[in-house]
Amino acid sequence: MILFALSAFLVAVSGVPGLFLHTGGGKASAWLLGLGALAGLAAAGLVLCGNAPPSVALHSTPLGTMGLLRLDPIGAFFLVPVLLLSTCDAVFALGYWGDQHESARRLRLLFGITTAFMVLLVAASHALTFLLAWEGMAVTAFFLVIAEDRDPETRRAGWIYLVSTHSGTLCLFAAFGLAATGNFLFLPWTPGLAGTTRGTAAFLLFLVGFGLKAGIFPLHFWLPPAHAAAPSHVSSLMSGILIKMGILGLVRLLCLVPDPPLWWGALLVALGALSGLLGVAFALAQHDLKRLLAYHSIENIGIILLGLGLGTLGKSTGHPVIQLLGFAGALLHVLNHSLFKGLLFLGAGSVVMATGSRDIERAGGLARAIPFTAGAFLAGSWAICGLPPLNGFVSEWLIYLAAFHGLAFAHSAWPVLALGALAMIGALAAACFAKVFGVVFLGQPRTPQAAGAVESPRSMLVPMGVLAACCAALGVAPVAVAPALARAAGAAAGLPGPASLGSLAHFGILTAIALPMLAAAALAWAWSRKGSVPRAALPTWDCGYAAASPRIQYTASSFADGLVSAMRYVLLPQVRWLRVRGLFPSPRSYRSHVPDPVLDRVAEPSLGFAARGLAALHFFQSGQLPLYLLYILITLVALLVWMVA
Amino acid sequence: MLRDLLIALIVLTNFTLVATSRINKMIQVAVIQGVMLGLLPLAMGLGRHLHIVLMVIAAVTVKGWLIPYLFRRASRKVKVDRELSPYMGFTASLVLCALGTGLALMLASNLPLAPGSQYTLFVPASLSTLLTGFILLITRRKALSQVVGYLVLENGIYLFGLMLVEEMPLLVETGILLDLFVGIFVMGIVINHITVAFDSMDTRHLAELKD
Amino acid sequence: MTDSTLVRSLHYLLHILTALLLPPLLPGLINKVKAVAAGRQGPPVLQLYYDLAKLARKRAVFSSTTTWVFLAGPVAVVAAGLVASLLVPFGHSPSPVNFEGDMILFAYLFGLARFATVVSALDTGSSFEGMGAAREVTFSVLTEPALFLGFAALAKASGSLSLSGMLASPGFAITRATGPFILVLAGWMIVFLTENSRIPVDDPNTHLELTMIHEVMVLDHSGRPLALVLYGASLKLLVLGALIVGPLLPRTSDPWLDWAGFYAAMGLLAVAVGLVESATARFRMNRVPQFLVAGLLATAFAFFLLQA
Repeated sequence: MILFALSAFLVAVSGVPGLFLHTGGGKASAWLLGLGALAGLAAAGLVLCGNAPPSVALHSTPLGTMGLLRLDPIGAFFLVPVLLLSTCDAVFALGYWGDQHESARRLRLLFGITTAFMVLLVAASHALTFLLAWEGMAVTAFFLVIAEDRDPETRRAGWIYLVSTHSGTLCLFAAFGLAATGNFLFLPWTPGLAGTTRGTAAFLLFLVGFGLKAGIFPLHFWLPPAHAAAPSHVSSLMSGILIKMGILGLVRLLCLVPDPPLWWGALLVALGALSGLLGVAFALAQHDLKRLLAYHSIENIGIILLGLGLGTLGKSTGHPVIQLLGFAGALLHVLNHSLFKGLLFLGAGSVVMATGSRDIERAGGLARAIPFTAGAFLAGSWAICGLPPLNGFVSEWLIYLAAFHGLAFAHSAWPVLALGALAMIGALAAACFAKVFGVVFLGQPRTPQAAGAVESPRSMLVPMGVLAACCAALGVAPVAVAPALARAAGAAAGLPGPASLGSLAHFGILTAIALPMLAAAALAWAWSRKGSVPRAALPTWDCGYAAASPRIQYTASSFADGLVSAMRYVLLPQVRWLRVRGLFPSPRSYRSHVPDPVLDRVAEPSLGFAARGLAALHFFQSGQLPLYLLYILITLVALLVWMVA
Repeated sequence: MLRDLLIALIVLTNFTLVATSRINKMIQVAVIQGVMLGLLPLAMGLGRHLHIVLMVIAAVTVKGWLIPYLFRRASRKVKVDRELSPYMGFTASLVLCALGTGLALMLASNLPLAPGSQYTLFVPASLSTLLTGFILLITRRKALSQVVGYLVLENGIYLFGLMLVEEMPLLVETGILLDLFVGIFVMGIVINHITVAFDSMDTRHLAELKD
Repeated sequence: MTDSTLVRSLHYLLHILTALLLPPLLPGLINKVKAVAAGRQGPPVLQLYYDLAKLARKRAVFSSTTTWVFLAGPVAVVAAGLVASLLVPFGHSPSPVNFEGDMILFAYLFGLARFATVVSALDTGSSFEGMGAAREVTFSVLTEPALFLGFAALAKASGSLSLSGMLASPGFAITRATGPFILVLAGWMIVFLTENSRIPVDDPNTHLELTMIHEVMVLDHSGRPLALVLYGASLKLLVLGALIVGPLLPRTSDPWLDWAGFYAAMGLLAVAVGLVESATARFRMNRVPQFLVAGLLATAFAFFLLQA
């Protein structure tokens, strides 16, 4: 427990020295955060290796305080990405958001505090502690989002984020109130409670509250603006771990319910499929790099939900294999996603710093200018598409296995929905990241800024390298994490006794296949490079059309156009196309934009409509004191008359 | 008998307050009303309790001396003499006040009071005073008139509370404190600030604070 | 199926040799059939072997726009294809590597190959290659679910979660679930034609870059990388063909006869593809998604027929 408390403390104060030091504040915060991370990872490691969960309690509140903070295997598993990613982000911020930014000190301070709240949140074992840490994390993250508060877009994104997170907390308050029986500790539900109206209401409120934080489909609308507006290392933190806290909540809920009804798992699978498909569909249509990555986060949350849904279905139908595989897949995807999405956002930050713009159509050819960033981004893209042998494949593998087990042995049609959705999501994600990587890093630079790009400083490259190495290691050798994952997943699934995941999921065989594949690839590479002409200044042959201008390259919009127009009834793109007419046409243009369906098409119009309607009531608010007193008098007289009559 | 006379006089002062446009006269009439209210417990025959006598002395001091002193100071600083254009004309206010008093009398007979109690006139008188206070607050423009209206409002509540003075004298004593609050806080500070901030005593300007 | 280790390792050896040596024969067969159907003599059946040998001697030229990613495409295709060939059973003998869920790895290896090809195509900075890449990924969105739903249907029918179990298990007879089975194979045939860029989805013999999909993605390769590309494409033909051929093969008592049957069936498949390519024209580009949706619906229907 000391390790855990030390970790939380060090992380929280990591930004404080920066307030007083003139230079070196960033280094101090990175060091403190790193030390705190080491302590926390040690504590998590101890728990995941089977030691008893440490807990600390305060003994005074009347709402039941036996275990206020308890680091159980689920919490320890979530703690790993929290600490790892936040340390990488802090090191990244040394080069990316240095002291030349006026908000650097504030940002460092709040970064540490947000991370500390998250550290406390994963260990919270009592509703009050949970809500306290949750609100603290949400509010300090708001200040992180509006780091560049001079920009009105950023302020708007911050407001949208604040409104949605507070609405979520409100739902959580209601849900905890409904679900509590006597005290507010995290104790298992009584059997049969889940089927009652109260249990249903609590589940739905939890789903909405945690869903607003996690970014499940209709409640995702705050994610793209917030991620685009925040500095890249903050986006990395948010996408990597902040939204996973919503998943943490859902996992804790699901592990406490001994008999979830079938429709819970079905609903989770349906929402997961919806979030996954729509998230990646909207990502395809974006041309802002960070909005694109934000939509991909929504997609991956959908994948995690698929795993959770399959696990819950397994629990409802009494198939421990599916239970274990589903929860293990979801938990591993939480870890994997934080690694590769964090990496991708850091890469995006590097790109933004190099080219000065978030628009991918303004980049191009960056693989030659900033090769390390390109390599790291490629590793991230490879991982997020779920392609072997990197870590994204391993977690999707587990979820696929859960689905296949489900349909072969559990006689239910929901696993096949999960299966089809996952397959389509994988193909769409591959399309999207091929587009992003190809347009940003390959080909020729499309603008002078892209041509003049310089590689980022080492403080930015090292964290990306570390994350990429973790992705590779987890992908090639998942057996390393199998025991820890089994313990966490077993706890999450509510299975008694230890679970053996490694043999069930054939992690050893995956490793055994990955190595020969890499060897074969290396051999083929060496063989094909051997006889090649030394690189000369030759243009692309292109079947003889050697007019190698950057303007004739395929743009991102064109690349995605096939899929976007196929899905236009879902995406509803807005296209402004001044077509070419006549014999000597003037300059024409084409512009397409896909607004967010929930935010721009539902929420904003309806709220605007409500505001206009309610503005009609402004008549009553004249500002004249006598009028208000007249209102009071009328009310009094009316009450008197009513009382007497 | 004396009690009923005092109550009738209080209701008469209501009519006077509502019909006049001179602010000094309003202040004087309000003071008279307050003094009569202060003396009412004695007329109710409660003079045998010592704490009620003390309360009467305090009430008369505050309502009879302190409040008019503060008012005179304020009106001297502000130099406002007349209520020039209220939202509702004086005749109309008077008619409204009369109607309200009649209504209050009718209403009061339907209220669930213990039958044959000595407090039958208290309720309509207090409701009438309340209405007067509201009329002054709502329809007058000048801040001083509105403060007088607030005082009259408070007098009406005090009158109502006198029904309970034997059982709960503390309640009524708190009413006196409220008077003090009006006097010191409202007049001294608010009027000063209104003058300083808006350079005028016309409360229409307060509407600029909206939204 | 005998359990002696020696016989098993002989089978595995034959499997590996088949995967390494057989693939270039298939495009040769397809082209020969097309030529004969058109009344020509056509290139010899072993032509692709000669081509590969020739390309191995040539030197590759790389454009200045490309980076190391350009070479990664062909390398990834061959590496992924070889590993996938280890997973899929050829005929009735189980594959050298089989475990529960290997079909997931199988499908995603081809996803890896596709990603690498697309990215290496974008590396050249040419609009033709970008166009081909865009079409390739668009079609893959529909073929991946079709593949997986087919796996789901077969898993449900056979009760096994491994490719060898689904396609080659001793207890799995074609008579057990004929209707759904045919639907799965029809859907998979569509996937086969799409993934291997055959008519009616893509014409491998066209020389109009605007109409190409796969050909144009590898337009700028030369020398040894081009050899890898051609070999990888034919390997894909073999491996995906084994998926279709495996369940159709009748089971004989002698495993070596099964192997012969497998070779014959692959040959027949190549002939069938050649005939399809000769008889039909390539679809208009906007009709291809409808074609693919038909394949997806076929496999989905197959699953639901089994579910009911």
